[in-house]
Amino acid sequence: MELAVISGKGGTGKSSITSAFATMNRQVVLADCDVDAANLHIIMNPDIEETQVYIAGEKAVIDQDKCTGCRLCEEYCRFDAISSINGICIVDEISCDGCKLCARLCPSKAIEMVPNDKSRMHSGSFRNGKMVYGRLEPGEENSGKLVAMVRSKAREISEREGLETILIDAPPGIGCALISSISGVSDLLIVTEPSISAKSDLNRTLQLLENYSSKKYVVINKYDLSPDLTTEVEELCKIYDVSVIGKIPFDRVVVDAMVNRKSIIEFNPDSVVSIELEKIWKTIKSYK
Amino acid sequence: MVKIAIASGKGGTGKTFVSTNLYQSLLKRGANVSLTDCDAEEPNAAAFFNISERSRIKVTQKVPVIDVDKCVYCGRCQDWCAYNAIIILKERNIAKVMEEMCHDCGACFVACNYGAITEKDVDLGDVTTYDVQGLSSLVEGRLKVGVYTPVPVLKKAISATSAEIEIFDSPPGTSCPFIHTVNASDYIILVTEPTPFGLNDLKLSVEILRQMEKRFSVIVNRAGLGCNEVYEYLENEKIDLLAEIPFDRNYAEIYSKGGLVSEENEGISLQFDAMANKILQWNLQ
Repeated sequence: MELAVISGKGGTGKSSITSAFATMNRQVVLADCDVDAANLHIIMNPDIEETQVYIAGEKAVIDQDKCTGCRLCEEYCRFDAISSINGICIVDEISCDGCKLCARLCPSKAIEMVPNDKSRMHSGSFRNGKMVYGRLEPGEENSGKLVAMVRSKAREISEREGLETILIDAPPGIGCALISSISGVSDLLIVTEPSISAKSDLNRTLQLLENYSSKKYVVINKYDLSPDLTTEVEELCKIYDVSVIGKIPFDRVVVDAMVNRKSIIEFNPDSVVSIELEKIWKTIKSYK
Repeated sequence: MVKIAIASGKGGTGKTFVSTNLYQSLLKRGANVSLTDCDAEEPNAAAFFNISERSRIKVTQKVPVIDVDKCVYCGRCQDWCAYNAIIILKERNIAKVMEEMCHDCGACFVACNYGAITEKDVDLGDVTTYDVQGLSSLVEGRLKVGVYTPVPVLKKAISATSAEIEIFDSPPGTSCPFIHTVNASDYIILVTEPTPFGLNDLKLSVEILRQMEKRFSVIVNRAGLGCNEVYEYLENEKIDLLAEIPFDRNYAEIYSKGGLVSEENEGISLQFDAMANKILQWNLQ
Protein backbone atom coordinates (compact mmCIF):
# COMPACT_ATOMS: atom_id res chain seq x y z
CA MET A 1 0.00 0.00 0.00
CA GLU A 2 1.16 3.50 -0.84
CA LEU A 3 -0.97 5.99 1.09
CA ALA A 4 -0.72 9.74 0.56
CA VAL A 5 -2.06 12.00 3.31
CA ILE A 6 -3.12 15.23 1.63
CA SER A 7 -5.18 18.38 2.18
CA GLY A 8 -5.77 21.45 0.08
CA LYS A 9 -5.51 23.76 3.07
CA GLY A 10 -2.33 23.82 5.13
CA GLY A 11 -2.28 23.15 8.85
CA THR A 12 -5.18 20.71 8.92
CA GLY A 13 -3.07 18.02 10.61
CA LYS A 14 -1.48 15.98 7.80
CA SER A 15 1.86 15.51 9.53
CA SER A 16 0.35 14.70 12.93
CA ILE A 17 -1.89 12.07 11.34
CA THR A 18 0.90 10.62 9.19
CA SER A 19 3.20 10.33 12.22
CA ALA A 20 0.40 8.55 14.11
CA PHE A 21 -0.02 5.99 11.30
CA ALA A 22 3.75 5.53 11.11
CA THR A 23 4.03 4.65 14.79
CA MET A 24 1.03 2.29 14.83
CA ASN A 25 2.90 0.01 12.49
CA ARG A 26 6.03 -1.93 13.20
CA GLN A 27 7.78 -1.23 9.93
CA VAL A 28 6.91 1.37 7.29
CA VAL A 29 8.63 3.60 4.78
CA LEU A 30 7.82 7.21 5.50
CA ALA A 31 8.19 9.79 2.72
CA ASP A 32 7.91 13.46 3.66
CA CYS A 33 6.99 15.06 0.33
CA ASP A 34 6.40 18.54 1.76
CA VAL A 35 9.86 19.44 0.50
CA ASP A 36 9.26 23.19 0.98
CA ALA A 37 8.74 22.84 4.68
CA ALA A 38 9.41 19.28 5.81
CA ASN A 39 8.52 18.63 9.44
CA LEU A 40 8.16 14.90 10.09
CA HIS A 41 11.86 14.47 10.87
CA ILE A 42 11.30 16.66 13.94
CA ILE A 43 9.04 13.95 15.39
CA MET A 44 10.83 10.93 13.92
CA ASN A 45 14.40 12.07 14.51
CA PRO A 46 15.84 9.66 11.91
CA ASP A 47 19.45 8.51 11.72
CA ILE A 48 20.46 9.79 8.30
CA GLU A 49 22.26 7.06 6.37
CA GLU A 50 22.43 8.67 2.95
CA THR A 51 22.28 12.22 1.59
CA GLN A 52 21.95 12.95 -2.11
CA VAL A 53 22.25 16.23 -3.99
CA TYR A 54 19.21 17.35 -5.93
CA ILE A 55 19.77 19.71 -8.85
CA ALA A 56 16.83 22.11 -8.95
CA GLY A 57 17.36 23.45 -12.47
CA GLU A 58 19.87 26.09 -13.45
CA LYS A 59 20.32 29.86 -13.37
CA ALA A 60 21.91 32.09 -15.98
CA VAL A 61 25.09 33.95 -15.02
CA ILE A 62 26.55 36.64 -17.30
CA ASP A 63 30.31 37.02 -17.62
CA GLN A 64 30.67 40.80 -17.66
CA ASP A 65 34.10 40.60 -19.35
CA LYS A 66 32.57 38.89 -22.37
CA CYS A 67 29.21 40.72 -22.50
CA THR A 68 29.06 43.39 -25.21
CA GLY A 69 25.76 44.79 -24.00
CA CYS A 70 23.88 43.87 -27.21
CA ARG A 71 20.76 43.07 -25.16
CA LEU A 72 19.70 40.16 -27.35
CA CYS A 73 19.20 38.08 -24.19
CA GLU A 74 16.96 40.74 -22.69
CA GLU A 75 14.87 40.83 -25.87
CA TYR A 76 14.26 37.06 -25.88
CA CYS A 77 13.81 36.44 -22.13
CA ARG A 78 10.13 35.83 -21.44
CA PHE A 79 10.59 35.90 -17.66
CA ASP A 80 11.76 39.55 -17.57
CA ALA A 81 14.82 38.23 -15.77
CA ILE A 82 17.40 40.28 -17.67
CA SER A 83 17.73 44.03 -17.51
CA SER A 84 20.47 46.33 -18.65
CA ILE A 85 21.78 49.42 -16.97
CA ASN A 86 24.38 51.54 -18.77
CA GLY A 87 25.16 48.73 -21.19
CA ILE A 88 25.62 46.12 -18.47
CA CYS A 89 23.20 43.18 -18.56
CA ILE A 90 22.11 41.80 -15.20
CA VAL A 91 20.18 38.59 -14.41
CA ASP A 92 17.55 38.73 -11.69
CA GLU A 93 18.06 35.35 -10.01
CA ILE A 94 14.53 35.22 -8.65
CA SER A 95 12.91 35.74 -12.04
CA CYS A 96 15.30 33.49 -14.00
CA ASP A 97 13.51 30.23 -14.84
CA GLY A 98 16.62 28.42 -16.10
CA CYS A 99 15.37 27.89 -19.67
CA LYS A 100 18.85 28.48 -21.11
CA LEU A 101 17.55 30.36 -24.16
CA CYS A 102 19.73 33.40 -23.41
CA ALA A 103 22.86 31.24 -23.10
CA ARG A 104 22.12 29.57 -26.42
CA LEU A 105 21.53 32.85 -28.25
CA CYS A 106 24.32 35.01 -26.81
CA PRO A 107 26.62 35.90 -29.75
CA SER A 108 29.64 36.37 -27.46
CA LYS A 109 29.01 33.22 -25.37
CA ALA A 110 28.98 35.37 -22.25
CA ILE A 111 26.21 33.45 -20.48
CA GLU A 112 26.80 30.32 -18.48
CA MET A 113 24.17 28.13 -16.84
CA VAL A 114 25.00 27.33 -13.23
CA PRO A 115 23.15 24.43 -11.54
CA ASN A 116 21.17 25.06 -8.35
CA ASP A 117 22.74 22.33 -6.29
CA LYS A 118 21.92 23.30 -2.72
CA SER A 119 18.85 21.07 -2.32
CA ARG A 120 19.21 17.69 -0.63
CA MET A 121 17.43 14.40 -0.15
CA HIS A 122 18.04 12.48 3.07
CA SER A 123 17.19 8.88 3.86
CA GLY A 124 17.69 6.76 6.94
CA SER A 125 16.11 4.79 9.74
CA PHE A 126 13.69 5.82 12.43
CA ARG A 127 12.09 3.86 15.27
CA ASN A 128 9.36 2.36 13.08
CA GLY A 129 11.16 1.77 9.82
CA LYS A 130 12.77 3.83 7.11
CA MET A 131 12.32 7.46 6.23
CA VAL A 132 13.03 9.69 3.22
CA TYR A 133 12.70 13.44 3.13
CA GLY A 134 13.66 16.29 0.86
CA ARG A 135 15.02 19.67 1.68
CA LEU A 136 14.43 22.09 -1.19
CA GLU A 137 16.77 25.03 -0.92
CA PRO A 138 14.49 27.98 -0.17
CA GLY A 139 13.34 29.71 -3.31
CA GLU A 140 14.23 26.90 -5.71
CA GLU A 141 11.80 25.73 -8.34
CA ASN A 142 10.87 22.26 -9.50
CA SER A 143 9.72 21.06 -6.10
CA GLY A 144 7.61 18.52 -8.02
CA LYS A 145 10.78 16.86 -9.32
CA LEU A 146 12.30 16.62 -5.85
CA VAL A 147 9.03 15.07 -4.66
CA ALA A 148 9.32 12.50 -7.47
CA MET A 149 12.88 11.74 -6.35
CA VAL A 150 11.78 11.27 -2.71
CA ARG A 151 9.01 8.91 -3.82
CA SER A 152 11.25 6.90 -6.07
CA LYS A 153 13.73 6.48 -3.21
CA ALA A 154 10.91 5.42 -0.88
CA ARG A 155 9.78 2.77 -3.39
CA GLU A 156 13.34 1.51 -3.82
CA ILE A 157 13.71 1.12 -0.03
CA SER A 158 10.28 -0.51 0.21
CA GLU A 159 11.31 -3.19 -2.30
CA ARG A 160 14.80 -3.68 -0.93
CA GLU A 161 13.68 -4.01 2.69
CA GLY A 162 10.42 -5.79 1.93
CA LEU A 163 8.39 -3.07 3.67
CA GLU A 164 4.95 -3.03 2.08
CA THR A 165 3.54 0.17 3.52
CA ILE A 166 4.67 3.54 2.16
CA LEU A 167 3.23 6.59 3.92
CA ILE A 168 3.45 9.92 2.11
CA ASP A 169 3.07 13.22 3.94
CA ALA A 170 2.06 15.54 1.10
CA PRO A 171 2.41 19.32 0.73
CA PRO A 172 -0.64 21.62 0.85
CA GLY A 173 -2.17 23.12 -2.29
CA ILE A 174 -3.12 21.61 -5.63
CA GLY A 175 -0.08 22.56 -7.74
CA CYS A 176 2.95 20.69 -9.03
CA ALA A 177 4.30 19.45 -5.67
CA LEU A 178 0.94 17.94 -4.71
CA ILE A 179 0.30 16.43 -8.15
CA SER A 180 3.74 14.85 -8.03
CA SER A 181 3.05 13.48 -4.51
CA ILE A 182 -0.09 11.58 -5.48
CA SER A 183 0.40 10.18 -8.98
CA GLY A 184 -0.07 6.43 -8.95
CA VAL A 185 -0.64 5.99 -5.18
CA SER A 186 -3.04 3.24 -4.08
CA ASP A 187 -4.78 5.30 -1.37
CA LEU A 188 -5.50 8.98 -0.80
CA LEU A 189 -6.52 10.27 2.62
CA ILE A 190 -7.74 13.87 2.52
CA VAL A 191 -7.58 15.70 5.85
CA THR A 192 -9.92 18.64 6.19
CA GLU A 193 -11.39 20.92 8.87
CA PRO A 194 -14.83 22.39 9.45
CA SER A 195 -14.28 25.91 8.09
CA ILE A 196 -15.36 27.73 4.95
CA SER A 197 -11.70 28.01 3.88
CA ALA A 198 -11.02 24.31 4.30
CA LYS A 199 -14.30 23.41 2.62
CA SER A 200 -13.48 25.54 -0.41
CA ASP A 201 -9.98 24.00 -0.57
CA LEU A 202 -11.46 20.51 -0.22
CA ASN A 203 -13.79 21.22 -3.12
CA ARG A 204 -10.83 22.14 -5.36
CA THR A 205 -8.88 19.08 -4.15
CA LEU A 206 -11.80 16.75 -4.91
CA GLN A 207 -12.15 18.34 -8.37
CA LEU A 208 -8.48 17.63 -9.02
CA LEU A 209 -8.90 14.02 -7.84
CA GLU A 210 -11.95 13.25 -9.97
CA ASN A 211 -9.85 11.48 -12.59
CA TYR A 212 -7.70 9.60 -10.08
CA SER A 213 -8.48 5.92 -9.68
CA SER A 214 -6.84 5.63 -6.22
CA LYS A 215 -9.06 4.80 -3.26
CA LYS A 216 -10.10 8.07 -1.62
CA TYR A 217 -11.28 8.88 1.88
CA VAL A 218 -11.84 12.02 3.94
CA VAL A 219 -11.11 12.66 7.60
CA ILE A 220 -12.52 15.75 9.31
CA ASN A 221 -10.05 16.98 11.91
CA LYS A 222 -11.12 19.24 14.81
CA TYR A 223 -14.70 18.50 13.71
CA ASP A 224 -16.19 19.78 16.98
CA LEU A 225 -14.96 23.35 16.36
CA SER A 226 -17.95 23.86 14.09
CA PRO A 227 -20.70 21.22 13.90
CA ASP A 228 -22.47 23.21 11.14
CA LEU A 229 -19.43 23.29 8.87
CA THR A 230 -18.77 19.62 9.62
CA THR A 231 -22.23 18.84 8.22
CA GLU A 232 -21.49 21.00 5.16
CA VAL A 233 -18.19 19.22 4.58
CA GLU A 234 -19.94 15.84 4.84
CA GLU A 235 -22.50 16.95 2.26
CA LEU A 236 -19.75 18.08 -0.09
CA CYS A 237 -18.09 14.66 0.21
CA LYS A 238 -21.40 12.97 -0.68
CA ILE A 239 -21.57 14.98 -3.92
CA TYR A 240 -18.15 13.64 -4.90
CA ASP A 241 -19.03 10.16 -3.60
CA VAL A 242 -16.05 10.06 -1.22
CA SER A 243 -16.56 8.53 2.24
CA VAL A 244 -15.86 10.39 5.46
CA ILE A 245 -14.13 7.62 7.42
CA GLY A 246 -13.42 9.47 10.61
CA LYS A 247 -13.98 12.60 12.67
CA ILE A 248 -11.28 13.70 15.09
CA PRO A 249 -12.10 16.12 17.91
CA PHE A 250 -9.95 19.13 18.75
CA ASP A 251 -7.59 18.25 21.59
CA ARG A 252 -4.57 20.07 22.94
CA VAL A 253 -2.95 16.68 23.48
CA VAL A 254 -2.05 16.66 19.75
CA VAL A 255 0.07 19.79 20.20
CA ASP A 256 1.53 18.45 23.46
CA ALA A 257 2.62 15.29 21.64
CA MET A 258 4.39 17.39 18.99
CA VAL A 259 6.11 19.48 21.65
CA ASN A 260 7.40 16.23 23.17
CA ARG A 261 8.63 15.06 19.74
CA LYS A 262 6.26 12.10 19.80
CA SER A 263 3.30 10.99 17.72
CA ILE A 264 -0.06 11.12 19.45
CA ILE A 265 -0.10 7.30 19.49
CA GLU A 266 3.20 7.25 21.40
CA PHE A 267 2.38 10.17 23.65
CA ASN A 268 -1.13 9.24 24.70
CA PRO A 269 -2.45 6.01 23.16
CA ASP A 270 -5.63 6.14 25.25
CA SER A 271 -6.70 9.61 24.12
CA VAL A 272 -9.92 9.95 22.08
CA VAL A 273 -7.79 11.20 19.17
CA SER A 274 -5.58 8.08 19.26
CA ILE A 275 -8.56 5.74 19.42
CA GLU A 276 -10.21 7.47 16.47
CA LEU A 277 -6.96 7.34 14.46
CA GLU A 278 -6.63 3.59 15.15
CA LYS A 279 -10.16 3.15 13.84
CA ILE A 280 -9.39 5.22 10.73
CA TRP A 281 -6.26 3.17 10.02
CA LYS A 282 -8.23 -0.10 10.33
CA THR A 283 -10.84 1.24 7.91
CA ILE A 284 -8.16 2.14 5.37
CA LYS A 285 -6.51 -1.27 5.69
CA SER A 286 -9.79 -3.10 5.17
CA TYR A 287 -11.19 -0.86 2.41
CA LYS A 288 -11.75 -2.66 -0.87
CA MET B 1 3.11 53.42 -0.78
CA VAL B 2 3.87 50.23 1.09
CA LYS B 3 3.40 46.61 0.09
CA ILE B 4 3.08 44.15 2.95
CA ALA B 5 3.09 40.37 2.53
CA ILE B 6 1.52 38.18 5.20
CA ALA B 7 3.45 34.92 4.92
CA SER B 8 4.46 31.71 6.69
CA GLY B 9 6.45 28.62 5.82
CA LYS B 10 3.92 26.35 7.46
CA GLY B 11 0.37 26.20 6.16
CA GLY B 12 -2.62 26.93 8.38
CA THR B 13 -0.86 29.25 10.83
CA GLY B 14 -3.32 32.09 10.22
CA LYS B 15 -2.10 34.08 7.20
CA THR B 16 -5.60 34.67 5.87
CA PHE B 17 -6.87 35.37 9.40
CA VAL B 18 -4.25 38.12 9.83
CA SER B 19 -4.62 39.48 6.28
CA THR B 20 -8.39 39.82 6.42
CA ASN B 21 -8.57 41.32 9.93
CA LEU B 22 -5.73 43.74 9.28
CA TYR B 23 -7.32 44.82 6.01
CA GLN B 24 -10.65 45.38 7.78
CA SER B 25 -8.96 47.47 10.47
CA LEU B 26 -7.22 49.64 7.86
CA LEU B 27 -10.48 50.00 5.91
CA LYS B 28 -12.25 51.24 9.06
CA ARG B 29 -9.60 53.91 9.44
CA GLY B 30 -10.34 55.15 5.94
CA ALA B 31 -6.94 54.07 4.63
CA ASN B 32 -6.36 53.68 0.91
CA VAL B 33 -5.77 49.94 1.16
CA SER B 34 -6.14 46.86 -1.03
CA LEU B 35 -5.96 43.14 -0.28
CA THR B 36 -4.56 40.66 -2.80
CA ASP B 37 -5.01 36.92 -2.28
CA CYS B 38 -1.80 35.47 -3.74
CA ASP B 39 -2.53 31.88 -2.67
CA ALA B 40 -3.76 31.05 -6.17
CA GLU B 41 -3.85 27.30 -5.48
CA GLU B 42 -6.34 27.75 -2.62
CA PRO B 43 -7.68 31.33 -2.46
CA ASN B 44 -9.96 32.11 0.48
CA ALA B 45 -9.73 35.77 1.50
CA ALA B 46 -12.72 36.90 -0.58
CA ALA B 47 -15.08 34.72 1.48
CA PHE B 48 -14.70 37.04 4.50
CA PHE B 49 -16.17 40.17 2.88
CA ASN B 50 -19.29 41.45 1.17
CA ILE B 51 -17.97 41.91 -2.31
CA SER B 52 -19.10 42.62 -5.84
CA GLU B 53 -17.10 41.71 -8.90
CA ARG B 54 -15.59 44.64 -10.77
CA SER B 55 -13.42 42.96 -13.38
CA ARG B 56 -11.93 39.64 -14.32
CA ILE B 57 -8.97 38.81 -16.52
CA LYS B 58 -7.90 35.44 -17.84
CA VAL B 59 -4.30 34.42 -17.26
CA THR B 60 -2.82 32.41 -20.09
CA GLN B 61 0.53 31.13 -21.21
CA LYS B 62 1.85 30.21 -24.64
CA VAL B 63 2.55 26.57 -25.49
CA PRO B 64 4.02 25.25 -28.74
CA VAL B 65 2.01 23.62 -31.50
CA ILE B 66 4.04 21.46 -33.89
CA ASP B 67 2.93 21.40 -37.51
CA VAL B 68 3.66 17.79 -38.52
CA ASP B 69 3.61 18.71 -42.24
CA LYS B 70 6.59 21.01 -41.72
CA CYS B 71 8.37 19.08 -38.95
CA VAL B 72 11.41 17.05 -40.08
CA TYR B 73 11.80 15.40 -36.66
CA CYS B 74 15.31 16.77 -36.23
CA GLY B 75 14.81 16.95 -32.46
CA ARG B 76 16.30 20.42 -32.03
CA CYS B 77 13.25 21.74 -30.16
CA GLN B 78 13.44 18.76 -27.80
CA ASP B 79 17.14 19.47 -27.14
CA TRP B 80 16.43 23.13 -26.43
CA CYS B 81 13.52 22.45 -24.07
CA ALA B 82 14.81 22.62 -20.50
CA TYR B 83 11.56 21.19 -19.11
CA ASN B 84 11.23 17.87 -21.01
CA ALA B 85 7.98 19.12 -22.49
CA ILE B 86 8.65 17.93 -26.05
CA ILE B 87 9.13 14.38 -27.28
CA ILE B 88 10.42 13.79 -30.83
CA LEU B 89 10.81 10.23 -32.12
CA LYS B 90 12.14 10.38 -35.67
CA GLU B 91 11.79 6.69 -36.51
CA ARG B 92 8.11 6.72 -35.55
CA ASN B 93 7.29 10.24 -36.82
CA ILE B 94 6.16 11.32 -33.37
CA ALA B 95 6.29 14.98 -32.32
CA LYS B 96 4.45 15.48 -29.06
CA VAL B 97 4.09 18.47 -26.72
CA MET B 98 3.26 17.89 -23.05
CA GLU B 99 1.54 21.18 -22.41
CA GLU B 100 1.46 20.93 -18.61
CA MET B 101 5.27 20.66 -18.51
CA CYS B 102 5.80 23.76 -20.70
CA HIS B 103 7.08 26.92 -18.98
CA ASP B 104 6.41 29.32 -21.90
CA CYS B 105 10.09 30.20 -22.42
CA GLY B 106 9.91 30.25 -26.22
CA ALA B 107 13.11 28.24 -26.74
CA CYS B 108 11.51 25.61 -29.04
CA PHE B 109 9.99 28.33 -31.19
CA VAL B 110 13.45 29.88 -31.67
CA ALA B 111 15.11 26.47 -32.08
CA CYS B 112 12.98 25.30 -35.01
CA ASN B 113 14.64 26.01 -38.37
CA TYR B 114 11.68 24.77 -40.40
CA GLY B 115 8.91 27.07 -39.24
CA ALA B 116 7.08 24.05 -37.83
CA ILE B 117 6.36 25.56 -34.42
CA THR B 118 3.65 28.08 -33.74
CA GLU B 119 2.18 28.95 -30.35
CA LYS B 120 -1.28 28.95 -28.85
CA ASP B 121 -2.65 30.28 -25.57
CA VAL B 122 -3.69 27.94 -22.78
CA ASP B 123 -5.72 28.92 -19.75
CA LEU B 124 -3.93 29.00 -16.36
CA GLY B 125 -6.59 30.63 -14.23
CA ASP B 126 -7.98 34.07 -13.60
CA VAL B 127 -7.51 37.22 -11.58
CA THR B 128 -10.67 38.87 -10.28
CA THR B 129 -10.92 42.32 -8.75
CA TYR B 130 -13.77 42.84 -6.32
CA ASP B 131 -15.21 46.01 -4.80
CA VAL B 132 -15.31 46.09 -1.01
CA GLN B 133 -17.59 48.75 0.51
CA GLY B 134 -17.49 50.62 -2.80
CA LEU B 135 -14.08 52.09 -2.10
CA SER B 136 -11.48 49.39 -1.90
CA SER B 137 -10.19 46.55 -4.04
CA LEU B 138 -9.84 42.93 -3.13
CA VAL B 139 -7.94 40.98 -5.79
CA GLU B 140 -8.00 37.22 -6.06
CA GLY B 141 -5.71 35.03 -8.15
CA ARG B 142 -7.30 31.63 -8.80
CA LEU B 143 -5.38 28.81 -10.45
CA LYS B 144 -7.33 26.54 -12.78
CA VAL B 145 -7.57 23.09 -11.17
CA GLY B 146 -4.98 20.76 -12.70
CA VAL B 147 -2.48 23.49 -13.69
CA TYR B 148 1.00 22.87 -12.23
CA THR B 149 2.38 26.30 -11.39
CA PRO B 150 0.55 29.19 -9.72
CA VAL B 151 3.35 31.72 -10.35
CA PRO B 152 2.00 33.42 -13.54
CA VAL B 153 -1.43 33.81 -11.91
CA LEU B 154 -0.10 35.27 -8.67
CA LYS B 155 2.21 37.66 -10.54
CA LYS B 156 -0.79 38.99 -12.48
CA ALA B 157 -2.76 39.30 -9.24
CA ILE B 158 0.04 41.30 -7.58
CA SER B 159 0.07 43.84 -10.41
CA ALA B 160 -3.72 44.04 -10.81
CA THR B 161 -4.35 46.94 -8.45
CA SER B 162 -2.56 49.73 -6.68
CA ALA B 163 -3.22 51.43 -3.36
CA GLU B 164 -1.31 53.36 -0.69
CA ILE B 165 -1.16 50.18 1.35
CA GLU B 166 -1.26 46.84 -0.45
CA ILE B 167 -1.62 43.67 1.59
CA PHE B 168 -0.59 40.38 -0.03
CA ASP B 169 -1.95 37.16 1.49
CA SER B 170 0.95 34.87 0.55
CA PRO B 171 0.89 31.19 -0.41
CA PRO B 172 2.47 28.82 2.16
CA GLY B 173 5.88 27.20 1.77
CA THR B 174 9.29 28.58 0.91
CA SER B 175 9.55 27.84 -2.81
CA CYS B 176 8.75 29.86 -5.91
CA PRO B 177 5.16 31.02 -5.15
CA PHE B 178 6.23 32.39 -1.76
CA ILE B 179 9.43 33.95 -3.18
CA HIS B 180 7.58 35.77 -5.95
CA THR B 181 5.11 37.19 -3.43
CA VAL B 182 7.66 38.44 -0.92
CA ASN B 183 9.95 39.69 -3.68
CA ALA B 184 7.19 42.13 -4.68
CA SER B 185 6.80 43.31 -1.05
CA ASP B 186 8.51 46.00 1.03
CA TYR B 187 7.74 44.38 4.34
CA ILE B 188 6.78 40.88 5.45
CA ILE B 189 4.74 39.81 8.45
CA LEU B 190 5.49 36.16 9.22
CA VAL B 191 2.68 34.35 11.01
CA THR B 192 3.71 31.37 13.10
CA GLU B 193 2.38 29.22 15.90
CA PRO B 194 4.31 28.25 19.05
CA THR B 195 4.83 24.60 18.05
CA PRO B 196 7.93 22.72 16.86
CA PHE B 197 6.54 22.60 13.28
CA GLY B 198 5.69 26.29 13.36
CA LEU B 199 9.17 27.18 14.63
CA ASN B 200 10.99 24.98 12.12
CA ASP B 201 9.15 26.58 9.20
CA LEU B 202 9.58 30.06 10.68
CA LYS B 203 13.36 29.53 10.72
CA LEU B 204 13.30 28.56 7.03
CA SER B 205 11.30 31.69 6.17
CA VAL B 206 13.62 33.93 8.19
CA GLU B 207 16.66 32.44 6.45
CA ILE B 208 15.30 33.39 3.03
CA LEU B 209 14.06 36.84 4.00
CA ARG B 210 17.50 37.64 5.42
CA GLN B 211 19.14 36.48 2.17
CA MET B 212 16.73 38.70 0.27
CA GLU B 213 17.46 41.58 2.67
CA LYS B 214 13.77 42.09 3.43
CA ARG B 215 12.37 43.80 6.51
CA PHE B 216 10.06 41.60 8.54
CA SER B 217 8.49 40.92 11.91
CA VAL B 218 6.59 38.00 13.42
CA ILE B 219 3.08 37.39 14.74
CA VAL B 220 2.70 34.42 17.07
CA ASN B 221 -0.81 33.07 16.55
CA ARG B 222 -2.56 30.58 18.87
CA ALA B 223 -0.33 31.69 21.73
CA GLY B 224 -0.84 29.47 24.78
CA LEU B 225 -0.84 26.24 22.74
CA GLY B 226 2.50 24.52 22.42
CA CYS B 227 5.78 25.70 23.90
CA ASN B 228 8.02 28.72 24.47
CA GLU B 229 10.83 27.83 22.08
CA VAL B 230 9.62 30.30 19.48
CA TYR B 231 9.98 33.22 21.90
CA GLU B 232 13.53 32.20 22.80
CA TYR B 233 14.33 32.03 19.09
CA LEU B 234 12.88 35.49 18.41
CA GLU B 235 14.84 36.95 21.29
CA ASN B 236 18.13 35.30 20.32
CA GLU B 237 17.73 36.38 16.72
CA LYS B 238 16.54 39.87 17.71
CA ILE B 239 13.41 39.56 15.62
CA ASP B 240 10.54 41.92 16.31
CA LEU B 241 7.42 40.28 17.78
CA LEU B 242 4.67 42.37 16.19
CA ALA B 243 1.77 40.74 18.02
CA GLU B 244 0.73 37.71 19.97
CA ILE B 245 -2.77 36.41 19.32
CA PRO B 246 -4.03 34.02 21.99
CA PHE B 247 -5.59 30.68 21.16
CA ASP B 248 -9.31 30.68 21.83
CA ARG B 249 -11.89 28.17 20.61
CA ASN B 250 -14.31 31.04 19.99
CA TYR B 251 -11.96 32.68 17.50
CA ALA B 252 -11.63 29.39 15.64
CA GLU B 253 -15.42 29.10 15.51
CA ILE B 254 -15.93 32.66 14.23
CA TYR B 255 -13.21 32.20 11.61
CA SER B 256 -14.57 28.83 10.51
CA LYS B 257 -17.88 30.45 9.53
CA GLY B 258 -16.24 33.22 7.51
CA GLY B 259 -16.43 35.84 10.24
CA LEU B 260 -13.85 38.51 11.10
CA VAL B 261 -12.82 37.96 14.72
CA SER B 262 -11.84 41.63 15.11
CA GLU B 263 -15.48 42.57 14.40
CA GLU B 264 -16.75 40.37 17.21
CA ASN B 265 -14.07 40.54 19.88
CA GLU B 266 -12.82 43.78 21.35
CA GLY B 267 -9.43 42.50 22.48
CA ILE B 268 -8.57 41.22 19.02
CA SER B 269 -9.98 44.36 17.44
CA LEU B 270 -7.60 46.48 19.56
CA GLN B 271 -4.65 44.32 18.52
CA PHE B 272 -5.35 44.75 14.83
CA ASP B 273 -6.00 48.47 15.31
CA ALA B 274 -2.57 48.80 16.93
CA MET B 275 -1.00 46.99 13.96
CA ALA B 276 -2.93 49.17 11.54
CA ASN B 277 -1.67 52.31 13.30
CA LYS B 278 1.91 51.10 13.04
CA ILE B 279 1.49 50.46 9.33
CA LEU B 280 -0.09 53.85 8.73
CA GLN B 281 2.96 55.40 10.40
CA TRP B 282 5.37 53.44 8.19
CA ASN B 283 3.41 54.60 5.21
CA LEU B 284 3.99 58.23 6.18
CA GLN B 285 7.73 57.75 6.50
